Amino acid sequence: MTSSYGVLSAGNAGFDPATVQFSKYSDSALIPDRSVLFVPGSSAGMLSTAWIYGADLYTFDLEDAVAVREKDSARLLVANALHSPQWRGLRVAVRVNGMDTPFFADDLEAVVRAGAAIIRLPMTHDSHMIEELDRRITAIERACGREVGSTQITAAIESAAGVVKAREIAEASQRMVGLALAGFDYLMDMHAERSRGGTELFYARCAVLHAARASGIACQDVVWGNIGDEEGFVAEAEMVKQLGFDGKSLINPRQIPLLHRVYAPTESELRFARKVVAAAEEAEERGLGVIAVDGKMVDGPIVAIARRTIAYAAGHGAAR
Amino acid sequence: MRITHDAVAGTLESGDVLVRVAPDETLGVSVSTSVEAQYGDVVRKVVATTLAEFGVESGSVIVEDKGALDCTLRARVQAAVARGTDEQIDWPALIGRLP
Amino acid sequence: MGMRDEKLCGSLEEVIKRSGLTDGGTISFHHHFREGDRVLLTVVREIARLGFRDLTLASSSLAECHSELVDFISQGVITRIYSSGMRGALAARISHGLMDEPVQIHSHGGRAALMQLGELRPSVAFLGVPTCDRLGNANGTSGKARCGALGYAKVDAARADCVVLLAEELAPYPNLPASIRQEQVDLVVLLDSVGDAARIGVGATRVTKNPRDLLIAQRAAEVLAGSGFFREGFSVQAGSGASSIATIKYLREKMQAAGVKASWALGGITGAMVDLYEAGLVGKLVDTQTFDLRAIEDLRVNPDHHEVSAAEYADPLGLGAFVDELDMVILSALEVDLDFNVNVLTGSDGVMRGASGGHSDTARGAKLAIIVAPLLRSRTPTVVERVTTLVTPGSDIAALVTDVGIAVNPNRPELHERLRDLNLPLTSIADLMQRSIEIAGKPRLPRFGDKVVGVVRYPDGSVIDEVHEVIG
Repeated sequence: MTSSYGVLSAGNAGFDPATVQFSKYSDSALIPDRSVLFVPGSSAGMLSTAWIYGADLYTFDLEDAVAVREKDSARLLVANALHSPQWRGLRVAVRVNGMDTPFFADDLEAVVRAGAAIIRLPMTHDSHMIEELDRRITAIERACGREVGSTQITAAIESAAGVVKAREIAEASQRMVGLALAGFDYLMDMHAERSRGGTELFYARCAVLHAARASGIACQDVVWGNIGDEEGFVAEAEMVKQLGFDGKSLINPRQIPLLHRVYAPTESELRFARKVVAAAEEAEERGLGVIAVDGKMVDGPIVAIARRTIAYAAGHGAAR
Repeated sequence: MRITHDAVAGTLESGDVLVRVAPDETLGVSVSTSVEAQYGDVVRKVVATTLAEFGVESGSVIVEDKGALDCTLRARVQAAVARGTDEQIDWPALIGRLP
Repeated sequence: MGMRDEKLCGSLEEVIKRSGLTDGGTISFHHHFREGDRVLLTVVREIARLGFRDLTLASSSLAECHSELVDFISQGVITRIYSSGMRGALAARISHGLMDEPVQIHSHGGRAALMQLGELRPSVAFLGVPTCDRLGNANGTSGKARCGALGYAKVDAARADCVVLLAEELAPYPNLPASIRQEQVDLVVLLDSVGDAARIGVGATRVTKNPRDLLIAQRAAEVLAGSGFFREGFSVQAGSGASSIATIKYLREKMQAAGVKASWALGGITGAMVDLYEAGLVGKLVDTQTFDLRAIEDLRVNPDHHEVSAAEYADPLGLGAFVDELDMVILSALEVDLDFNVNVLTGSDGVMRGASGGHSDTARGAKLAIIVAPLLRSRTPTVVERVTTLVTPGSDIAALVTDVGIAVNPNRPELHERLRDLNLPLTSIADLMQRSIEIAGKPRLPRFGDKVVGVVRYPDGSVIDEVHEVIG
């Protein structure tokens, strides 16, 4: 299975099928990542254990988490970890060092070869950077025999320029699967300050989200750094969920269940979603073109949303 | 390939391994591990295999393992060797060979 | 003037001479001072200096700070040991064959049973207390070296031929309330120090921040809450490990959400249990050993916090044991095997590094016993094909909760049925082991010799396993 919800994140071997209720909805293209957990690439311990936490996507970090003196060693830890038994079957992204650093090229060579699913490019200011990244990845894929096009890209938007050019960035490559707003550097670029209410991020959030939606790719919100303030985290998650964000980048595993609960459907939403999917399957079996639920017509997008709703409920049940 | 100068990689934290290399006339590997009874032979084998992949022919390699998994053992040995040699390393070939 | 001799002795030498101790006798101690204990070695050094030999040492448990015992064993002062467990250099040397006679490893309740059966007969009990009066009234809740409940000591005070109290401070008479009472005490002596206060009880057992321990604890609380035993008036015991304490925190949330209160909690009492009491969620705290300063202070002032002897706690041969009335217990493990048997005594290298403690007592007595443990501790696997040492039989264990998945014992089908619809990562114990092997590799077994260095006793005194000498 390509998806990685709670149960399955812990390994696919031998779970009681009766507890795996969502096996039909495992297409990861259908279900955007809610939780993206950063794992410091310099930590052997965390690379050995972080797979247990049930994140939708893990991002091994070679950039901010790693001191300059350890960039080479972390690169090797990450490359080896990508091949390791504990990470097999799980979707892992790697945040490489910025394109303008001396580490970027070696990072890319190593992690594309080692099988990273997604490259997360920090400080993406414009579409040229993505085009350049695409070209380099293609060259590496060809050189090492990896299926060309199999490596995907998420662009981290961390500057005013990136926000303004978000749509072009999103369109710059077939490999693009997501935009992630990164608050810390963006706010520095803007001369703004982080506040609990988040007004200073309002425009960036809307702009990046619109760009992602217009291009049909995913969009994750900023990291919440104050791990002790769980209430604040949940409030911000609820707000960005309402705006339409697919999820958030996370720095602590404890944030994962909190975030998944925010994205979990209510009982009635879940009931409706099950009805929709049942009706869609019945219609398909009987070769009918039109689906009706509770007397109303239901089209493709609603069925897709219903599938996502069920998948979100799978790890946690209806929570609200 | 030879180890041409002293180098260190890794840490002594639980789940990690500290690898020290130094120049020497022959190849000498010494391994101490916190999981000697259960995995001592596996740890030694992974270290030896990783050194062989580099083609390390001489150098002293001292390994202090705190229960690192194979992927970590490999990575830290690779890092120490890379830091400890002036010779060029064919990384693509090495990483392409990961299991 | 009384007809009795003055109990208060001027020196340890005088105490020992008056105690009636002879070569071949049994000396007993408690471990309420944990790693801060100074009594045991102080006494043994003096006993050795006075030339005694061939003694049986019966300490309710032994800690790393007791490593110097190796010398006295080598000298022939101590030739037999009864203990719940041991650690550090002492345990390593014994595991490698230091002693001629194997050590007897018993549970807390089992120790009381061995005394009741007459197998363990303390000639002299040397019981360290923070304070006592000159007739021997003592409690563990006041004084610099306060340690809380004196559950193990109370057993010795009732059974030993001669009961000696060693205190740091002499309290004014009468030192009431008293856990050990003047009618039980033969001799009293003052020591400069009975225990290092910094190492007796930690300041406050904080709930761990380690996300892995929290994940395990969260799942454990789900299992307890869904087990069918989570109903108004339930009783519970939790160990002192990080995951166990965190499980109480999550269980508390469930209790608050469901409006379910516990009628009593058993322990090993920690500050976490005191928090539960103060939240109005548990009626009584029943305490045989107190782990931290918060709980120690609570024992002193809280009328619902009760001290009980280790016999009342778990003696299977007595007239009533709290463990037999317990609904749920949360336990840890070094190893769990495919039959759910548990090892808490030896590492996977075969060396002793733990204690039987209350493990087999509570697992046997409670209606639901669950184990919380990570699947791997760095590279060391928890789930193994066969435990290195069998301390608690698998039939007493309902489920193993790990960070990777939850395995329910097939002998509890009703529990499995209840948990199925709770969106928990249920799996089989075989699959857990398989996952562990995929990640860390298949561990080799330690090499043992023929010599038996430890005999593991089940609470009723029967032999459940033997520990063999480790080679290499």
